[in-house]
Amino acid sequence: MKIESWGRYPKLPQKGLFPDWQQQIAAMLNAASDGRFLPFGNGRSYGDVCLAESGQVLVSRGLDRFIKLDREQGFVRVEAGLTLGEILAVIVPLGWFLPVVPGTRLATVGGAIGNDVHGKNHHVRGTFGCHVRRLWLWREGQLLECSPAVNNELFRATIGGLGLTGIIVEAELALMPVQNGQIDTVTHRFDRLEEFFSLAQQYDVSYEYGVAWIDCVSRGSQRGRGVYFAGNHARYRSEIDIQQRQLNFPLTPPVSLVNSLSLKAFNEFYWHTKPAHPKAGRASYLSYFFPLDGILHWNRMYGRAGFQQYQCVIPLANSEAAMAEMLESISASGSGSFLAVLKQCGEVESPGLLSFPLHGTSLALDFPNGRKLGRLFQRLDDITRAADGRLYPAKDAHMTAADFQQAYPQWQQLEALRDPAICSHFWRRVSA
Amino acid sequence: MKNILIIGATSAIAQACARYWLQHSNDCHFVLTGRDQQKLAAIQSDLQIRGAVAVDCLPFDLADESGRASLLERVEQLMPQLDRVLVAPGSLPDQQRCQTDESYAAQAFQLNANAIVLLLERLAGKLEQQRSGKLIVISSVAGDRGRMSNYFYGAAKAAVTTFCSGLMMRLQKAEVSVSIVKPGFVRTPMTADLELPEKLVATPEQVARVIVDGAEKCRSVIYAPGFWLLIMTIIKLIPNFVFRRLSL
Repeated sequence: MKIESWGRYPKLPQKGLFPDWQQQIAAMLNAASDGRFLPFGNGRSYGDVCLAESGQVLVSRGLDRFIKLDREQGFVRVEAGLTLGEILAVIVPLGWFLPVVPGTRLATVGGAIGNDVHGKNHHVRGTFGCHVRRLWLWREGQLLECSPAVNNELFRATIGGLGLTGIIVEAELALMPVQNGQIDTVTHRFDRLEEFFSLAQQYDVSYEYGVAWIDCVSRGSQRGRGVYFAGNHARYRSEIDIQQRQLNFPLTPPVSLVNSLSLKAFNEFYWHTKPAHPKAGRASYLSYFFPLDGILHWNRMYGRAGFQQYQCVIPLANSEAAMAEMLESISASGSGSFLAVLKQCGEVESPGLLSFPLHGTSLALDFPNGRKLGRLFQRLDDITRAADGRLYPAKDAHMTAADFQQAYPQWQQLEALRDPAICSHFWRRVSA
Repeated sequence: MKNILIIGATSAIAQACARYWLQHSNDCHFVLTGRDQQKLAAIQSDLQIRGAVAVDCLPFDLADESGRASLLERVEQLMPQLDRVLVAPGSLPDQQRCQTDESYAAQAFQLNANAIVLLLERLAGKLEQQRSGKLIVISSVAGDRGRMSNYFYGAAKAAVTTFCSGLMMRLQKAEVSVSIVKPGFVRTPMTADLELPEKLVATPEQVARVIVDGAEKCRSVIYAPGFWLLIMTIIKLIPNFVFRRLSL
């Protein structure tokens, strides 16, 4: 297994330790050349946040056991290497769901906590960390229980703590009841960026989930057109189960298949396949929440050089103007990706110290790696900075230390609570 | 209901097989045996939450002779009929140490060959009496041809493979299938310290799928993943005057 981040950039060779049992961790770290490392889940963060400065990661994926499932109160205690998809596969048939899921089911519980991930229902439920009841942290040879009641400081630092406070070995997660595993959806195409904001406002009132795909290529009158996807857990279940087909991206092409031509063609095609008038539908939770998981290794599409994602969140007051400016810069650059995502974040506060979401608008899109990217990112960073926004460490491979420290003034508190044996490339870069 | 006995249930491959069985059938009853009770208990709750009807644990040390003698009786009380028996214990001995430390070598050989073979004989008797069931034995590609890097382990696995081949013929008469499993490199604690070619290393989940699917089809020899059949066929075909000069 090659250990790399999802964006396959930066390329920094990593050696893995693979414990299958918590009891092995101490011995493995003692035997390792020097004890410095970084916890690593399933490699679904994009940049260098999951790459160890020491080049040695402790892969938690082997710690993948369920410990306790309380079907009355609705909570589950699991080892942290279990993926969210593996939990859902067990709990959905029993009428439970995870209150927050990100755009991939292949992230581990440890990774979801460490990056304090959010989902399409941020405006209702906040981040993943809001639903962590307790967690168990392996830190400097000790196993510590952390919760709002015990070791609260460490608990808060660990949520969104980028794996730096210790190894999350177990967590207890609150669940929410659902009738079944299907989602009632509304697909609503829109022509202009301004419409996204009014649609989000309109749907957020009565829909748990909301997210928009946006055409990052089109310019002029079509700039910022897209498709809004609202969703609620279905009360009734369709008999025809809408199964997700599993495809595989079998190899890495030498150059990226995403370029200005393929982008323009795809975006044009995709937008036109969507109905001109709002349309209700029913989808399985897999295809609604995790469409990209239907293609294994889709990151290979970007070729050997890999890709970078740009994800920022801009406070509500500035977001409309800033998003328009960003889309203008991106479409002018001719770069971008098939999947650009706009999402309104709500006011629910995370217990996490370094949590990413703000009340405002988040934009995320991928770019194939290339020489021109630096200039575009600089331009986008300027816009984000001027609008008091911030970037998402889980996706980042370029943020400057100054921008990070400005956007996350709590970083020094995390630095103070960091396990001295643990450090990522990301942290070295932004805490300098 | 499917009654599944797993000997050496704490191994990564055994755990993955148990989970794979659960994905396909919602009425599995497991009896798990192993040395480490804490680990068995962890696997027990995991399998229960993943949908097993019942999971029982039996502390059992393969090296303990009297334990072997009484194992079947103890299993009988929990699970009168065995539908699937997965025999997965084993430890990879240190080849260098085997060459210099005779008592270590003897112990390793005793565990990986004698103890397993004797246990298999007892299980075979039971399955023959039942006139039903499938016996799945984890051997290794290492048993296909002795190599300088692990011939103690390889010889022990060759013993198991040869033994199972005989057992297969005998149990055929009783309509019991025997599957000999030869996993290649698997990412497990047993191989964690080895430098292995990344492309050839499979996850326990991938291997489990091949094992369980193969056993359900009553395949006698299961290379897991399947491409090891090709690799091992080539390795077996290399003439000795070439083979002895290699450093495999």
